[in-house]
Amino acid sequence: MARNQERLTFPPLGQPGDPLLEVRDLHTSFRTTRGTVQAVDGVSLSVASGRTLGVVGESGSGKTVLSRSIMGLLPPRDVVRSGTVEFAGHDLTTLPPEQLRQVWGAELSMIFQDPMTALNPVKRIGVQITESIRLHQGLSKKDAMASAVALLHQVGIPSPEDRVRWYPFQLSGGMRQRVMIAIALACSPRLVMADEPTTGLDVTIQAQILDLLSSLQKERNMAMILVTHDLGVVANRADEIAVMYAGRIVERAPTKKLFANTHMPYTRALMDSIPRLSDPSGTRLTAIGGRPPDLINPPAGCRFAPRCSYAQDKCHQSEPPLRSTGEPGDHLFACWYPLSGSATVPVTLKEPPSAGSPTPSNPATPPKDPS
Amino acid sequence: MTIAADQPSEVDDVVLRVDQLVVEFVNGKKRVQAVSGVSFEVRAGETLGLVGESGCGKSTTGRALIQVQPATSGSIEYRGVALNKLSAKELRRVRTKVQMIFQDPISSLNPRRRVKDIVAEPLVIWNQGSKEEQAERVRTMMEKVGIDPDVAGDRRPREFSGGQCQRISIARALMADPELLICDEPVSALDVSVQAQILNLLADLKAQFGLTMVFIAHDLAVVKNVSDRIAVMYLGKLVEISPADDLYDYAAHPYTEALLTAIPEPDPEAGGHHVPLQGELPSPLNPPSGCRFRTRCPYAQDVCAEVEPPLQEVGPGHQVACHFPRPKASAAH
Amino acid sequence: MPNDRELDATNNTEAVLTDHYPGMAAIDETILNLETDAISPDGEVLKRPFGPLFWVAIGWVSLIILLAILANLLPLQNPNYGNYNILNAGPSLQHWLGTDDLGRDLFSRIVFGSRVSLVVGFGATFISIVAGGTLGLLSGYKGGALDSTMNAASFIILAFPAIIAVIALVAVWAPPNLWKITLILGVGTIPLMYRVIRATTLAFANRDFVVAAKTMGATTPRILFREILPNVVPIGVTFGLISVAGLIVLEGSLAFLGLSVPLPTPSWGNMIAEGSNNGLLSINPLIMMWPALSMFLLLLSINLIGDRLRQRLDVREGLL
Repeated sequence: MARNQERLTFPPLGQPGDPLLEVRDLHTSFRTTRGTVQAVDGVSLSVASGRTLGVVGESGSGKTVLSRSIMGLLPPRDVVRSGTVEFAGHDLTTLPPEQLRQVWGAELSMIFQDPMTALNPVKRIGVQITESIRLHQGLSKKDAMASAVALLHQVGIPSPEDRVRWYPFQLSGGMRQRVMIAIALACSPRLVMADEPTTGLDVTIQAQILDLLSSLQKERNMAMILVTHDLGVVANRADEIAVMYAGRIVERAPTKKLFANTHMPYTRALMDSIPRLSDPSGTRLTAIGGRPPDLINPPAGCRFAPRCSYAQDKCHQSEPPLRSTGEPGDHLFACWYPLSGSATVPVTLKEPPSAGSPTPSNPATPPKDPS
Repeated sequence: MTIAADQPSEVDDVVLRVDQLVVEFVNGKKRVQAVSGVSFEVRAGETLGLVGESGCGKSTTGRALIQVQPATSGSIEYRGVALNKLSAKELRRVRTKVQMIFQDPISSLNPRRRVKDIVAEPLVIWNQGSKEEQAERVRTMMEKVGIDPDVAGDRRPREFSGGQCQRISIARALMADPELLICDEPVSALDVSVQAQILNLLADLKAQFGLTMVFIAHDLAVVKNVSDRIAVMYLGKLVEISPADDLYDYAAHPYTEALLTAIPEPDPEAGGHHVPLQGELPSPLNPPSGCRFRTRCPYAQDVCAEVEPPLQEVGPGHQVACHFPRPKASAAH
Repeated sequence: MPNDRELDATNNTEAVLTDHYPGMAAIDETILNLETDAISPDGEVLKRPFGPLFWVAIGWVSLIILLAILANLLPLQNPNYGNYNILNAGPSLQHWLGTDDLGRDLFSRIVFGSRVSLVVGFGATFISIVAGGTLGLLSGYKGGALDSTMNAASFIILAFPAIIAVIALVAVWAPPNLWKITLILGVGTIPLMYRVIRATTLAFANRDFVVAAKTMGATTPRILFREILPNVVPIGVTFGLISVAGLIVLEGSLAFLGLSVPLPTPSWGNMIAEGSNNGLLSINPLIMMWPALSMFLLLLSINLIGDRLRQRLDVREGLL
């Protein structure tokens, strides 16, 4: 049991901006019957205390696997992981499971997309919240329940004294997500990983949940990684944004810089695909054609090239490295022909030409080049 | 496209007329009103957006329109024919004219059937054309929705992504040659990038097939993009109905205002001034007296608890059910 | 079924993780996908192979069925002819599995005895699937008063202790023979099959694809046979195989009590009963061992086939 193991020690909680999580060259792959899926392919990122990193990408970009891989939550079978994940002075990739368990929930916790499956349907929510408190802080049952009530109050659940005795199915989707947040924050973690925490919720509830996370984060000087497919969700919440495509980070910059000066056509395309209220009704959206590539057989060169309207010969042949703009502020991008400026540049991306075939981005048939 | 409301609405122009629609669910002795007296019209060629939070009755309304959810009272008229008063046999013929696209792309396709059989279903049911003609029409339709019939035809739905399943659903619905297409949250299960593809596709097909649409969603930005007019629902009632572009400039109902500001703008400079909507939808088992929104409304006063506000005109084709509609200037943005 | 899938996924991960991290149950679909079928580069689903054990089981069941069908044509000895010169003999070239206490050839008795097990197992299951399946499909899709009535009836019938009811029936409707037993067991299994099919039907009856079929003007029979039935068949097949195995055991029990096919016609059940009589077990354990072993291997094979078929037929409904 965990108690018999050597206890991990953590440095005192740093000032906002102190380094907290440093992921270096993380690779995660799955062995399958037809080959190895490189779900995360050399990702480096860092998060400082009290700050928010947004990780944005489509389904299949590897963003969910990345968050789980950082936590060490992937099933050990058929998964290969390399690289380092340094969190508050410990490399999570080398910790034995017993010690990892001292980190999970207590120092590093996770909010899942679907609270209905993440919560245990046959346990009262009070019990589910106190489990982690009692495990990590050794509180008595009564004290733990009192702090569960306080937590539910903090996450905005009305009459928490009664609700601790409820079961998950008695709550609405928004309320369940609040309970998930209460569980994740029960032990005041330094970093919380929120994987699509508002997908499937109404926009009104989404706004509530995101506001709640922001205010709790400020109160507790907690760092957060917000994983989402919607750039709109992180535009006002994240200090820095990393855009993922096909297992790699293709652009990473402080939020304002990213929006003001987008370099990677993929990021631009993601922005333009969001319908904007300010546009008149009937405005044509700029869709990205096709789908993300097969991660067993990614296309040669830039992985976005088959869907990119700016792609040139070079893009199909050699892969652009993640490089810096040279200007201060750490704006990284992986593109041979970066966009310059902001929305002023007219961006016309391909309409879905081959969306019909399940994997249109088959490397065997790259789009025709002018040459 | 947009038909101004002050034009005299000609009879043959109205595709769908919903009048005082009430839908009740009975569970033992409990009766829950999901839809409590909703009236609206949809005119030929227009798209009416129906927006609101989950539980507001918008999907139930959509299901009542295609007669899979019986209406408790009120009437649903398609081209002057009261759908909810037809016999099963008459309904069977008429209802192909009204088709639906569902939210869950997985649940809406039979996992055990091949894609080309799914798309051909309306033709097979009505025995239209020879086998070869049917196959040809299926091919054409699949190409129109962006699915390669040679690659996809013999596969089953599980082999496709959510966006592709939605394309297949659309192809199937269009095979029935509908005039009115009800889209019930067709993009809310999809990534934003795929969402844009599907919204564009729907716009193209609408123009090509001369469709009239009812588009149901919880995201006003999505609804606004596709709709000519927008109806906002709250707890079984319509609270505001307006031409789409007007609604953005001037949301008269506090609820609409809150819905508008809840949408995350993909612009880091835009943040900071949204009107947070507190709490959640009250239980329809026991709706608040007077105005149903008053329990969450920041501007509620005593009269709101006593008198239910009727829909009243605040602009051309713009109606709102509120005792204290938002003044025009402050509401924009 | 989705729940099974979730269970499988969590079972495959380290149990420790599941216990200590809330939400491990929500393991990403991508990972789930990798653990079941893979998708080929051009999007085709690559099916998981059945594995050699499945084919061994298929081979075994086929062999037994083939022997049972062809028993009269094969150069087998008369199963009821007793050669008093060789009582309780061990296996030999003449008598492959030896002889019993009356000098009858055990191999021949096993082969002829298998007919009883197979006819009862498959025949009764067929009756219950056809009748129970139809009722379940109708009841689950139509709902309403029909459904409530049939549902209540099935509960009442299932409340009788099955074996006692069957024993009583067999005793009243004497003398027992193969067809009577098959009919009684088949009819007796209808409520169970009804419940299984009805539950599965319910799970599909309100899916959006059924609603879509309705809006396109599909008639009820078309919806039942084209939309719902194909989704129910895998459950029917899987549960049917479990039922075959269960009924073979039940027939064996009845035979053991002397309530099945009358002697001297061999059945695996009455052979086991005979072999365990009057201290015969210690003199010649083979008499009981062969039918017991045959039944054991047959049941094992049927259950294995059912399990693998379930995995294969369990359509994953998408890659979202």
